[in-house]
Amino acid sequence: MSLKTEDVKNIAHLARLAIDDDAVTDYASDLSNILDLVEQMNQVDTDNVQPMAHPMDAQQRLRDDDASEPDQRDKFQSIAPDVENGLYRVPKVIE
Amino acid sequence: MQWETVIGLEIHAQLATKSKIFSAASTAFGAEPNTQACAVDLGLPGVLPVLNKEVVNMAIKFGVAIDAEIGRESVFARKNYFYPDLPKGYQISQMDLPIVGKGRLTISPAEGVSKVVGITRAHLEEDAGKSLHDQFPGQTGVDLNRAGTPLLEIVSEPDMSSAKEAVAYARKIHSLVQFIEICDGNMAQGSLRCDANVSVRPVGQQELGTRAEIKNINSFRFLERAINYEIERQIDVIEDGGTVVQETRLYDSEKNETRSMRSKEEANDYRYFPDPDLLPVRVTDEDIETIRTSLPELPEQKRLRYINELKLTDYNAELLSSSREIADYFETALCRLSDQPSLLANWILGDLTGALNKSEMGFADSPINPEQLTGLLTRISDNTISGKIAKEVFEAMWNGEGSADDIIDSKGLKQITDTGAIEQLINDVIASNPEQVEQFRAGKEKVLGFFVGQIMKQSKGKANPGQVNQLLREKLKP
Repeated sequence: MSLKTEDVKNIAHLARLAIDDDAVTDYASDLSNILDLVEQMNQVDTDNVQPMAHPMDAQQRLRDDDASEPDQRDKFQSIAPDVENGLYRVPKVIE
Repeated sequence: MQWETVIGLEIHAQLATKSKIFSAASTAFGAEPNTQACAVDLGLPGVLPVLNKEVVNMAIKFGVAIDAEIGRESVFARKNYFYPDLPKGYQISQMDLPIVGKGRLTISPAEGVSKVVGITRAHLEEDAGKSLHDQFPGQTGVDLNRAGTPLLEIVSEPDMSSAKEAVAYARKIHSLVQFIEICDGNMAQGSLRCDANVSVRPVGQQELGTRAEIKNINSFRFLERAINYEIERQIDVIEDGGTVVQETRLYDSEKNETRSMRSKEEANDYRYFPDPDLLPVRVTDEDIETIRTSLPELPEQKRLRYINELKLTDYNAELLSSSREIADYFETALCRLSDQPSLLANWILGDLTGALNKSEMGFADSPINPEQLTGLLTRISDNTISGKIAKEVFEAMWNGEGSADDIIDSKGLKQITDTGAIEQLINDVIASNPEQVEQFRAGKEKVLGFFVGQIMKQSKGKANPGQVNQLLREKLKP
């Protein structure tokens, strides 16, 4: 198994996911299976293959530089849990 | 032990577009909080980023200006971390395939010295919002107006070996991005931000020492101080038997020191991956050529032209090409006084720069415009006034008293070139100073200066100094 239970806990923490302690071993084994499959694919010789960033053979469309977006602050802030003086209010993030 | 320093800089330049990199919200500075943060900037469900064409063009402009390879296909990636001013939980940036590859920039850290600094890459990314920690007790306020503002992160090679060189490089980037009009260069508003990677190693050692990354530097003066502080700190650590830790340190300009940021273990685990919302950006040779031909003359090209064609000194050429504002001023003035580039350079870099600095003004809002300045200098070159009187006229012009000719007329400052009038002055001065005449005739050459001084004083500075000298020598002959 390529992933240890600590790895799983760390990944969950980085992604801010709460997982049950009971489930950690199962996650570790499932995720390891995926990584093992990737490892198996790694054996294919890809020396002359360009890495693919996107499955579609298309290129990014660009928009003109127009600041056309209206101000909809009131609408957006009506669904925010805590707002004051136009600011979104969150728990203190520095000491 | 002898130590040497290795410095690399990461400079974030805010691109001067009207709208954000992935949305049509405005990027204007100073708006009411969150009035320029739209659904895309807020990372609401179901939105898609659409790349701003001007952002791509500006990045290519920069790449061409530093002689860099432009990525024909560049890819946006997600840099994942959680912070309240980053609503999506990731920053869209570029990792493996940046839009600008390896380039170079020539800097002049000291008069007559030039050095080429390598630029590793420059990539596009979006800025985060702003966290305000002092608005509410126990809580943080978040303003997302800045979220999604386009940034070009310019990463240098570790090619600089002193704080001075680092500052010279940063200044050059600062001037370049303004020359090519991709960034307003306003450091107070955060349009150009600078992080420094600093390490030290014993002289002669090949391998690099462990580096610290210094953040929170918002002026060139602080950049120099922060680096010098950090160099001292690292040398002290090593000489006391310790080891330098690789970490991020914040510069505190009030205390003039750098402090370790409490770095959590996962701080650098960003788990980059290609952003599935954005397709690769393709740039063609034609796109690059179109942009190349649209670029204005670059600072380095100007500098060399000033030296080679205008015969200015290295020092003057460097200063006059150091910013778009000053170069534009110089060249506008030069159109009217094309045979006197050195006189012009000396006045612009001397009296005018001095006066502007004193009033904390820039060349763009100078009370004396290029036309007025050349009006004054024309009167020096045609001998209407002396250089000394010109300073008086300059001051009057600065105070808004009109054109040079008006001031010369109304104050009666026209130089006396009438030989008869000058001879009269000389005769008077010789007559009232017989002792000095004796001294001069006895071989004391220095006394000549005394006479010239007296005569100029009598004429209120208006006598032509060349004529005074010539006539005086004749009169003093025994």
